[in-house]
Amino acid sequence: MQYPIPFDENDIQSKTAQIREGIVVSTNAAGSGHPGGSLSSAEIFSVLYNAVLRHDTANPTWEGRDRFVLSKAHITPGFYSVLAQVGYFNANELKSFRKFGHFLQGHPKKDIPHGIEVGGGSLGQNLSVAVGIALGLKRKPGQTPRVFDLSSEGELQEGSMWEAIMSAAHYNLNNLCCIIDYNRLQIDGKTEDVMEVAPLDKKFESFNWNVIEIKDGHDIKELYEAFKKFNLLSNGHAVPNNDNLDPTKPTAIIANTIKGKGISFMENQAGWHGKAPNDEQLEQALNEIRNNG
Amino acid sequence: MVNQEPQLTRQGWADALIELGSKNPDVLVLDADLSKSTLTCQFKEKHPNQFYNLGIAEQNMVNVAAGLSLTGHIPFATTYGVFLSGRAWEQIRTTICLNNLNVKLGGAHGGLSVGPDGASHQALEELAIMRTLPNMTILAPADYHETYKAVMEAAQINGPVYIRFGREKVPTITEPGSPFQVGKANILREGTDLTIIACGTMVAESLTAAKALAETGVQAEVINLHTIKPIDKKTILESATKTKAIVTAEEHQIHGGMGSAVLEVLAQEAPVPVELVGVIDSFGESGKPAELAEKYGCTSANIIQKAQKVLTRK
Repeated sequence: MQYPIPFDENDIQSKTAQIREGIVVSTNAAGSGHPGGSLSSAEIFSVLYNAVLRHDTANPTWEGRDRFVLSKAHITPGFYSVLAQVGYFNANELKSFRKFGHFLQGHPKKDIPHGIEVGGGSLGQNLSVAVGIALGLKRKPGQTPRVFDLSSEGELQEGSMWEAIMSAAHYNLNNLCCIIDYNRLQIDGKTEDVMEVAPLDKKFESFNWNVIEIKDGHDIKELYEAFKKFNLLSNGHAVPNNDNLDPTKPTAIIANTIKGKGISFMENQAGWHGKAPNDEQLEQALNEIRNNG
Repeated sequence: MVNQEPQLTRQGWADALIELGSKNPDVLVLDADLSKSTLTCQFKEKHPNQFYNLGIAEQNMVNVAAGLSLTGHIPFATTYGVFLSGRAWEQIRTTICLNNLNVKLGGAHGGLSVGPDGASHQALEELAIMRTLPNMTILAPADYHETYKAVMEAAQINGPVYIRFGREKVPTITEPGSPFQVGKANILREGTDLTIIACGTMVAESLTAAKALAETGVQAEVINLHTIKPIDKKTILESATKTKAIVTAEEHQIHGGMGSAVLEVLAQEAPVPVELVGVIDSFGESGKPAELAEKYGCTSANIIQKAQKVLTRK
């Protein structure tokens, strides 16, 4: 198959709507969970899993697969919803999210057959794991798989992130892509009020990373174009008309997003970081997703 | 038995890594800017393509090792034990142990052996904080040969292993052919009056103490508990049932360390009098390792004193 997979905007949009449905359905069923940051990552998940990632749900241990590492690991509602949407398990499982004895743990548990490469939950840890995976894959013969890590601007407050970022550049991990879901809200409020992280582009650039900024992280065309650039870079190619992008460096994709995107009463509300919709709110959310989708 | 030249345990660590690296290209070594102290600089020289320096960034090093293990490699990550077990504890907990990853951790300069560097660098808590972690195997070898074997054995285990070794030369009390099986304590000396259970540098001190006790007519059994976790309950309980008195000895805080691990076994299954030798709720300071061992209670004299005390409690 050719990668990235040829782009069909309508198809990706309808899949993104499925992911959003999964997010509100799973958190409603669980009575807890993290819808806000899941919704801000919905398009990122959708484009990545449906058009960018080399993976095979029928052969999840395929050695040549690209690896996805969830660094902002609380957004399991979004992660599990895309895994269900692409077929790692049935979407009905989402209703057992966070339930006793079920594999869909509150924060991910390593479960490669279900598409979960590594567990997570403690912020600041998994970009280092992604660095190790990228380094390990580069040691293997043949085409080098890529590693995609999904993080957030809030997670970049953890000092260990910058250790990881430093080491990825030092070891020239051009097969590593760190996506920042930049939704500007964290549990205690606006990121700029809690602990400012800007300017992220300059920070990554000064740590010797490529930076691709996406103005609207919910614009699937823009996301796709960014991943196409990373695809060239990870294959050691320059990107036409982008002389600043260096095919020997790791790449950060900074996606400006809206927390709670797609559900009117959740959008830009820090309070929906870690709160589940009740039945009435679920109904409204599903109506909005279906009408917009 | 204390008849061979003292050797560096960290040399056993380095020699075994070099051997492993020659046999298996998937064996990798990671250091955090202390390769000259941990002696992984020797591994780097032999196997430059299997060595990664991660700089002074222990948290990242540990999880980079985790990532390398996920691609089928066998990473050994090392730095001073105090930084490895302390700074990176949560990475070890949540990434390595929770995912049960095949990462080996080499805690160098354990105990008081780092001497003049002082309290900040003296690792006296690693056994306690590593011991609380599910899936973790903890090895505290007694000499050069045991450290070598601990590394070789660790490579055979599919899961996290923490190996503690020191800075100074220590008496060589085992032979290349002496048995070393993870989870199986070795009885180095048989006795009937009490049992001394020790790990690391305190094994040699225990043998010295047992010899001195024998001269006073007290026959001490000496057990080398090189594996702290999983603990060899069988050997401990059999000996406790026989001698009915225990002294534990470790170059570590007595709170939560090897002695505590022994107490957990005994209190539940064979409650006999126990005395603990080790550092008692205190940080160290600068000084020669021998001076510190004396001040902080990690010598054969301390073992003898506790042995005499435990005998009165039988």
